[in-house]
Amino acid sequence: MPMLKLEILAAPLLLAIFAVAAHAESSKFGFGRAPTNQEIAGWNIDIGRDGKELPPGRGSVQEGRTIFAEKCASCHGEKGEGGVGDRLVGGQGTLASAKPVKTVGSFWPYAPTLFDYIRRAMPMNAPQSLSNQEVYALSAYILNLNGLVADDATLDAKSLAAIKMPNRDGFVPDPRPDVKNEACTSNCKN
Amino acid sequence: MPAQEDADRKSNGNKTSRRDILRNGSVLAGSALAGAVLPETARAAGEADKNLPPNVPEWMQVPGADVSSEPYGTPSPFEKSVIRNIPKNLKQYTSASVRTPLQDLDGIITPNGLFYERCHGGIPTIDPAEHRLMIHGLVEKPLILTMDEVKRFPSQSRIHFIECSGNPLYTAIYGKTASDLVGLVSCAEWTGVSLKTVLNEVGLKPQAKWVIAEGADAAALTRSIPIEKCLDDAMLVYSQNGERLRPVQGYPLRVLVPGFEGNMNVKWVRRLHVTDQPAYSREETSKYTDSMPDGKARQFTFYMEAKSIITRPSGTHKIEKGFNEITGIAWSGHGKIARVDVSVDDGRSWASAQLQEPVFTRALTRFRFPWHWDGKPAVIMSRATDESGYVQPTFAELAGVRGLNSIYHNNAIMPWRVADTGEVSNANVKA
Repeated sequence: MPMLKLEILAAPLLLAIFAVAAHAESSKFGFGRAPTNQEIAGWNIDIGRDGKELPPGRGSVQEGRTIFAEKCASCHGEKGEGGVGDRLVGGQGTLASAKPVKTVGSFWPYAPTLFDYIRRAMPMNAPQSLSNQEVYALSAYILNLNGLVADDATLDAKSLAAIKMPNRDGFVPDPRPDVKNEACTSNCKN
Repeated sequence: MPAQEDADRKSNGNKTSRRDILRNGSVLAGSALAGAVLPETARAAGEADKNLPPNVPEWMQVPGADVSSEPYGTPSPFEKSVIRNIPKNLKQYTSASVRTPLQDLDGIITPNGLFYERCHGGIPTIDPAEHRLMIHGLVEKPLILTMDEVKRFPSQSRIHFIECSGNPLYTAIYGKTASDLVGLVSCAEWTGVSLKTVLNEVGLKPQAKWVIAEGADAAALTRSIPIEKCLDDAMLVYSQNGERLRPVQGYPLRVLVPGFEGNMNVKWVRRLHVTDQPAYSREETSKYTDSMPDGKARQFTFYMEAKSIITRPSGTHKIEKGFNEITGIAWSGHGKIARVDVSVDDGRSWASAQLQEPVFTRALTRFRFPWHWDGKPAVIMSRATDESGYVQPTFAELAGVRGLNSIYHNNAIMPWRVADTGEVSNANVKA
């Protein structure tokens, strides 16, 4: 009698297993919907290191100086020397010293990243409030403070992407594990 | 049914009035103390001993608070010192971190209210009905999902730690407590959907090599995750320790990349952009890269290497001569902890601690080590070995290779000094 019961139970169980397997193979659940191009464009604010996604628009160092004074200087200092916010200027030549000063000028490897970050996260009290023109202008001004573009420069997608940052080649892949210890148990050096 | 409810209410009502009488009586007895209601012995023992044997504790003499008096439970008022370790006098608290009080916790699971916090643009308040996850880029079928739809996928629950990459900074190994040192690690049971399942649903194009995850916070924080990790054990998580994520942990949805540095577990995730190369975002160029003595910086240093710390006894504790259990936590981004050794003689000799079973992969592992302290000054420390055979290094070994400006990925052995008074302090600080 117990054997018979088991067989009766096993048949639907096997069917259920096959059903699950079949579903996993097709693995389409059909949840959600396709976003429109407009929806993707509204949310996709990623600018890669080569700047090929940079939007239309342009902004000058001079415009950037005015916007910076109004919206950025209270945290980053009048000339980007830092405060509540990060220091943005100087430090070139210090990276291999005992006290590296890491700023946009000394450390950031790609200029388009500056556009990406300012647009998505700055100013801290009102992120994503700046127009693309304002972001170009601020990028130009910060690069100018670091001596990387001229006082009369105006930046757009092409010219911002063309800037070669001083620390562009300053990054290396992860070589870990790079530090070896032994699981010594007695007479270990301490 | 209404009759039953009525009966319940009546019985509750009766209980309440009886309890109130008792409570009032107890207040009177308390203020007058040594009234005729108290036994002779209580008067002799005084206020401090009034709840100790042979007296009957006062909380046994009246009914306690109503069951359900707290719709969401909180710890005992006597545990109010067990709180997150919040740094004082920061320039701002929008992009900041607070630590788990590791020395006050047991086992391997961090309570949700004590999980460490690291935010880059503050803690957003997100209505899940208005949250969307968009998946686009190098996929066959871009997708927008509501939270209800995310939860319809097959679920899984796993226990993993999350650790901030700078825990502690190379220049900050002098903290007083275990929390000051490595309190930016916590561990929870996470529930959500395998990221692989969702990526399978949208269909990856052959060029897909990275997934850029973006948070719906004021930092719109972005980190690039290699596709191998996304198709391995990464998850989209909506619950932590059985309840929905707390806002500070990414409510309603976060990425979980077990064993990878904390900031890659993108919180409030709203967008997964499938690409052929990393974003090279600010967080993976100017931050979260490890500066070496030659001026180069290591990039995409994802894994948190094996690490451990003794949490009891630890800094600011005071121990007594005789038996003391040494206990702490160990973890590795590369898998399971295979072994934890403990030294009570400043690293000259080591013996294996007992590991709490089961040991989970990429999870905190509790270790315990029995110790009889003879009352003489000692330095105690722990050393983790993970299943890859990697052995936790000393700080000198780490700094010897990486210098002091690396900032991130300090997994050094942390030694505690026990003075002859029994007082425990950080042995990295010169006595």
